[in-house]
Amino acid sequence: MTAPILTVSNLAVSVHGEDGEREVVSDLSFALQKGETLCIAGESGSGKSMTALAIMGLLPQPGARVSAGSIRLGDTDLATLSENRMRTIRGDRIAMIFQEPMTSLNPVLSIGRQLTEAIEAHTPLSREEARRRAVEALKAVRIPEAESRLKQFPHELSGGMRQRVMIAMALALKPDVLICDEPTTALDVTVQGEVLELLRDLQREQGTSIILITHDMGVVAEMADRVIVMRHGRMVEEGFTSAIFAIPREDYTRELLAAVPRIGGGRAGQLAPSPALRFARATSPQRGKEIGEAGAALDIKHGLGANGGKPPLPGGERVAEPRLDRGSVGAEGHDPSVRDPGGSGGRVRGPTTEPAVAAIHDLTVRFDLTGGFFGRVDRRVHAVEGVGFTIGQNETLSLVGESGCGKSTTAKAIAGLVPYAGKIEIGGRDLASLGRAERMAIRRDVQMVFQDPYASLDPRMRVGELVEEPLVIHGIGDRKERRDRVAALFERVGLSADQMERYPHEFSGGQRQRICIARALALRPKLIIADESVSALDVSVQARVLRLLKDLQREFGVAYLFISHDMAVVENISDRVAVMYLGQIVEMGTRDQIFASPRHPYTKRLIEAVPIPDPSRRRARFARLDKEIPSAVRRVGDEPPKTLLRDFGEGHLVSEFGL
Amino acid sequence: MIAYLGRRLIQSALILLGVSIITFALLYLLPADPVRQIAGRSATPETVENIRRQLGLDQPFFVQYWRYLMNLLSGDLGRSYIQRSEVTELIVSRLPASLLLMLGAIACEVVIGITMGLVAAVRRGSKTDQALMVGSFIGVSAPQFVVGLLLLYVFAVRLGWFPIGGYGTWRHMVLPSLTLGILGAGWYSRMMRSSMIDVLRQDYIRTARAKGLARGTILFRHALPNAILPVIAMIGIDVGIFMGGIVVVESVFGWPGIGQLAWQAIQRVDIPIIMGVTLVSACAIVLGNLLADIVAPFVDPRIKLR
Repeated sequence: MTAPILTVSNLAVSVHGEDGEREVVSDLSFALQKGETLCIAGESGSGKSMTALAIMGLLPQPGARVSAGSIRLGDTDLATLSENRMRTIRGDRIAMIFQEPMTSLNPVLSIGRQLTEAIEAHTPLSREEARRRAVEALKAVRIPEAESRLKQFPHELSGGMRQRVMIAMALALKPDVLICDEPTTALDVTVQGEVLELLRDLQREQGTSIILITHDMGVVAEMADRVIVMRHGRMVEEGFTSAIFAIPREDYTRELLAAVPRIGGGRAGQLAPSPALRFARATSPQRGKEIGEAGAALDIKHGLGANGGKPPLPGGERVAEPRLDRGSVGAEGHDPSVRDPGGSGGRVRGPTTEPAVAAIHDLTVRFDLTGGFFGRVDRRVHAVEGVGFTIGQNETLSLVGESGCGKSTTAKAIAGLVPYAGKIEIGGRDLASLGRAERMAIRRDVQMVFQDPYASLDPRMRVGELVEEPLVIHGIGDRKERRDRVAALFERVGLSADQMERYPHEFSGGQRQRICIARALALRPKLIIADESVSALDVSVQARVLRLLKDLQREFGVAYLFISHDMAVVENISDRVAVMYLGQIVEMGTRDQIFASPRHPYTKRLIEAVPIPDPSRRRARFARLDKEIPSAVRRVGDEPPKTLLRDFGEGHLVSEFGL
Repeated sequence: MIAYLGRRLIQSALILLGVSIITFALLYLLPADPVRQIAGRSATPETVENIRRQLGLDQPFFVQYWRYLMNLLSGDLGRSYIQRSEVTELIVSRLPASLLLMLGAIACEVVIGITMGLVAAVRRGSKTDQALMVGSFIGVSAPQFVVGLLLLYVFAVRLGWFPIGGYGTWRHMVLPSLTLGILGAGWYSRMMRSSMIDVLRQDYIRTARAKGLARGTILFRHALPNAILPVIAMIGIDVGIFMGGIVVVESVFGWPGIGQLAWQAIQRVDIPIIMGVTLVSACAIVLGNLLADIVAPFVDPRIKLR
């Protein structure tokens, strides 16, 4: 083996905080070979980003410093290099790309300027030659019309395009080492696939060594030759990717891998299977996943409904009965007929006499854009276009799609946060027909849990007050009753009642999300809208919060509208799934219909693009998008074509568009 | 762009119309009687009534205002009650001096304020930073007439570097500009400091550093244009604050601008001049804001004028 390009030995990084100096990276050693991809994996606070910044000499100043060890690039120790010498190495021999392509490019400088300035800083090339180099670099990252992009500004490019520009910028000078800090975390899953593939191709062409920092074990499995798992600033385990995934030596690695939500694993992939599920599996091995698990999932519900929470009695009839039932429904609907996208979802759930918790018909949300001389409305954002679905009691419906597809806007409309057209029924009552007081009352039935647990809790209120607030607003109970109820909620979501007097900043991200869930539960709603509620959490925390959500559903019988871009999480938690694209639903069905036999090409692409946390199933190539997703902004009068959903049996609805 | 300008100019005209109504109404409601000022204490009631009729001040408010507005639209701001000459002429002859003073003040503000803010942000938390921020605090809180007198005493009387007052050479400009600009410089340095600190934390600055760019390039090419945006918007608003300031500063330094004109007019309830100066000031404020808005897209390509 040749000498490594980069050798890190006994590296320690210290951060100066209020309580003195604290090591955030301790005793870290590794070597990076030429042309190798080394992944540093770990959850937040593991010190993986600090390691990257230490190598770049970009530790936040003042406060953080390399307190011990060495970082050798060839024969030079970067840890002791002066800033001036370091500057000649940064961008030239070691380059870095960052997580947030939206903010990592300077908004006021053109792409061309930002590309050429790095080239000019490190080479004696003339401006014209630097320009040519920049165009080459843009072509290398497969940006179409590279020449004309030079004049564009970052805000004129999509997130994926910006990340390509970042990569072009980093690779323009053909560095020895490229550090990628969560390069695809902020990107949509289909774009992530493209960017990862691009990195692989460029590495093959240029022989660059890559350090890839990520929390996503799927990305690790897809990209890495070797893996370092970090926790609390220390290396937990190091090894070849296949070995780490096949036989993890350390408990933490095992836990981390176990917590990763997987596509294709069904619900059992993450949540402890209930007895009913295990039983159903055992009895129907020959049925295949598509029907067997759907039946089982349905069965749990039936069991709960009939036996008051106890698992159903073992017996062939119980399993067979609903399946037969569904079979007849399927036969009746087998002749694929075009139908109204709004009304048909509910029946998939099988026989229910109670009204749906929420029934949405032809929901449309548009935002006006003004322009012209008098500021008239000349264009509209068609955020949601004729979406319809129902959510039954105790059911989890997931809305999935990439950014800008309208899934969050749909949620906001149902929660009454944006004006809409169409019909929203909560508990069988049309919101539009209600008076102010009645609408206020019905609002109690729909609660929301947001994505960012840091931003969605008022930092100046005690968490107990935050959870109590909905009760106060709706005038429920006296002070004592409310406090008791809040205390019970705290216990229920896995916090203790004596934490009620604390402030939000004293809690971790996962705990805060539990507080948000407690707040949403305070009014005993019929429907909780979870808008990317677990996206900001580390996988191990995510797994626990998802389990909590499931448990609470069983206990309180609440329905979830679960909004997520993460296909693996969706597969784990959903009963039914609706896939959204450009404001419309393109496919809707039970979880197994969507994941085991997706029919719409967009659904297929979404599922295929998710990196699988298993190096043995690494794909040779990702599906590549030949064009970007079109804009939802349209001129007034230019209405988007409305897709009709066709029923492919058993309530599996697929848009005819694009089939 | 053309459509935007057209719309903004129409809006500006409406604003000026509003200003003229409000000012006219305020002056009409004023307890001081301009006719008494003109006629003098010893005038007989008949003389007073004669003058009142001559000036049309016996008419109802709306008739007076309508007449004023019609004259205004033809470019006539009326005649001064006291100085016996056209207000338009008076203002036109004095406006260049005031504009010059304003330009000088803006230059002081921008140069001093931005430099102080920049240095303080880069040296954040250091002694330099603290000293600069104390300085800016004094600049913001010191009354202009005090600053003016102090500067006069030190640099004109004691050191003799600059003339005590008057108008003519660049030397005459330094102290008044400084006096007028020091308030703004204090504000700008604070705004610039916090805006710069914010920008230096941004991801794209980290990107620039990761590219291995020199410190100066990062500061001036990557950080400054982003940090200066809120300051540009502020300059537009500042023109209005200047209009208040020049009344004081021009009096202290004997600067022959419209501030002095306004000051004299106010003392003698010379309504046509007060109206004229107010409208010219309002024009300056509206144009200043418009200018700031037009300049912004050149600094930040994300801003589109619609």
